[in-house]
Amino acid sequence: MTAETVIGAVGKQAEFRTCQYTGLKVDVAAQTLIKANAVAAVVFLLIGGLLGLSVALTRWPAVHLLPAEWFYLALTGHGANVLLFWIIFFEIAVLYFASAVLLNCRIAAPKFAWLGFILMIVGALLTNYAVLQGDSSVMFTSYPPMQAAPNFYLGLILFAVGALIGCVIFFATLVIAKEERTYEGSVPLVTFGAITAAIIAVFTIASGAVILIPTWLWSLGLISNIDPLMYKLVWWAMGHSTQQINVSAHVSIWYLTAALLLGAKPLSEKVSRTAFFMYILFLQLASAHHLLAEPGLDSSWKIVNTSYMMYLAVLGSMVHGLTVPGAIEAAQRKNGYTKGVFEWLRKAPWGNPAFSGMFLSLVMFGFIGGISGVVLGTEQLNVLMHNTLYVPGHFHGTVVTGTTLAFMGGTYLVLPLIFQREIIWPKLAKLQPYLFGIGAAGISLFMMGAGTLGVPRRHWDITFSDAPIAFAHSAGAFLMMGLNGISAILAALGGAIYVIVVVGTVLFGKKIVGGHKLTFPLHSGGGAAVSHYGSEGAVKLPGTIILITIFFVSFVLYYFINWKYLSELWLFH
Amino acid sequence: MAVFPPKERIWWNEPIERVELIWIGVAFLWGLFMFGFMITWHFIGQQNLNKEAYRIAPSVYETKVEEFAKKYQVREEQGVPVVKPPAGADVYILGRLWQWWPVLELEKGTSYRIHLSTIDWMHGFSLQPVNINISAYPGYEHVFTLTPTESGEFGIVCNEFCGIGHHTMTGKIYVKDQKQAEVNQRLVAER
Repeated sequence: MTAETVIGAVGKQAEFRTCQYTGLKVDVAAQTLIKANAVAAVVFLLIGGLLGLSVALTRWPAVHLLPAEWFYLALTGHGANVLLFWIIFFEIAVLYFASAVLLNCRIAAPKFAWLGFILMIVGALLTNYAVLQGDSSVMFTSYPPMQAAPNFYLGLILFAVGALIGCVIFFATLVIAKEERTYEGSVPLVTFGAITAAIIAVFTIASGAVILIPTWLWSLGLISNIDPLMYKLVWWAMGHSTQQINVSAHVSIWYLTAALLLGAKPLSEKVSRTAFFMYILFLQLASAHHLLAEPGLDSSWKIVNTSYMMYLAVLGSMVHGLTVPGAIEAAQRKNGYTKGVFEWLRKAPWGNPAFSGMFLSLVMFGFIGGISGVVLGTEQLNVLMHNTLYVPGHFHGTVVTGTTLAFMGGTYLVLPLIFQREIIWPKLAKLQPYLFGIGAAGISLFMMGAGTLGVPRRHWDITFSDAPIAFAHSAGAFLMMGLNGISAILAALGGAIYVIVVVGTVLFGKKIVGGHKLTFPLHSGGGAAVSHYGSEGAVKLPGTIILITIFFVSFVLYYFINWKYLSELWLFH
Repeated sequence: MAVFPPKERIWWNEPIERVELIWIGVAFLWGLFMFGFMITWHFIGQQNLNKEAYRIAPSVYETKVEEFAKKYQVREEQGVPVVKPPAGADVYILGRLWQWWPVLELEKGTSYRIHLSTIDWMHGFSLQPVNINISAYPGYEHVFTLTPTESGEFGIVCNEFCGIGHHTMTGKIYVKDQKQAEVNQRLVAER
């Protein structure tokens, strides 16, 4: 059976261009799809980002911007727009890039891909419409028995169906590439990472269908009852696993950026790929992270699931935490930066926003999102932070400083290579990842601080001024919320610059023609490094060893500090 | 590199770099330790959440809490009964839109069997500033043993979003000292 019989006859010959910087053959149909998905992503980032800023300014007690009703509405919209729509549109673009472009292949069934795109747009708009109507302020998680308007769930379902089509197109493109022998040997590592993301996405979307379709029918009155504990278990099989799509996707972008800008290759393909494979095997267990303070669940179930089966998926991330900076160090040493322990890092292209975005994402995802995630997901420690602001603090460390920052960095590669436009205002673009990164890191850390002091998440008024029984948080908690507000302004500035640079470049950037020299140049061997299989091999990595040791020591210390806190609590069993 | 095909074409047949191997070993052992420590804490720690829970109709639970409050009520505060159960008693806490009910008065160093449930939506039991956070569900009665280790006035806030009045949902627990010798004895026995 050939690819044609599976996917349908090729109507007309696909049209290709050859990239002058990477030597890759780019299918024009795939390129248009990547553009469309990337543009949609940025639009939803803008909407979700503005809502996020309004949430943070409301949570700043001195500002307290929105009234309660609007606050809860904005918070619901913020979650849906950035966590789902921005990230998944961008991920679909990543999937098309990692299949069609990196494998020099035509994209499978582009018309079908457009259908997926339209479904995603319609779904996202429908959910936003339901939220803005005001009767669906149920938060992104929409826990029953609280009920949203039917369109809220329907929009999410349509969006998921569209995303599933995107995954199918991706897999079909892989089949075509193999059939038509457009690459040699194993697929490149970045494509391998994208395959990981797509496999997890299929699991995620299936879980989402299992829970969202009955919930939608319930909101229509066709089903009488949704058990809230069952809902939470299945919903998070979608909700948390979605974040594992993000991890696989942004780790792929780390490797992609390192390859294109520095000519980096993985230290050994076997290790980096096995680390991705760990994600497929174990990350799905994370639903338990949300059920550690719930009634009726056995400790053995909690321990096995919350630890991703003895932390084997965490092991995957810790491995990438070594191999990504390791690959960068190895490449930089080959590029001639061999002095001392850290010349490779000092002389890295810090002025290139694609690199700074990628590297900040790597560091912050590990130190902020990663460590806090393991602590939060420890069975007993969870009780210290469950549903406090620590939780959003943690996941802003993963999806904002990790995923979003990596995607922003990746955008500075997409603009010249796919949109073929020169980036306008390069000085502003250079500044952007730092501004956004520092702001987002502040948001994460200060929310974690507030959570440690007991401030609840999704809460309009930490002064409890309207409560019949008065309660007051400590002065420290108010300070944290203020600092969180200031950080949110910084991040919003960074986000605004990103949107302005992207939109400006797409509309008014200079068209790139043959022989043009890029403002932010690629490595001469970048195209080959990213699209070919192969390990770097034996190298000495003193700098990376120091970095990873610092990480490990921080991790261990922070872990035990939290056990110390826990041991001082009231006793319960 | 593009000129020569890679030596190894099958990724799982490739060698592993030494530095990678060492780090994988360290990270794996650390994961194993963290996994084991959660189990260990069930034996050496005093903070482990009980899984004991019962399905219960919200209206039935509401009746149980009301009976409990009536039985042990000592006074009233803002229209909410303040309830002082005897040592070791079953204590019922009810979450509803938008209050934690009733107000409790407990003794330091005394263990109570706490029952926790809600009658409408999900709520988040968050004891402050102690920072013990437990989810509460309609239809599930969660039972665990709680021993206050400090005296004073403690707030309960709601940290699960429960609608427009979520930020007004509070409750209170008073913890009184008892004779110091007695407390120490009980705490020692407890640990």
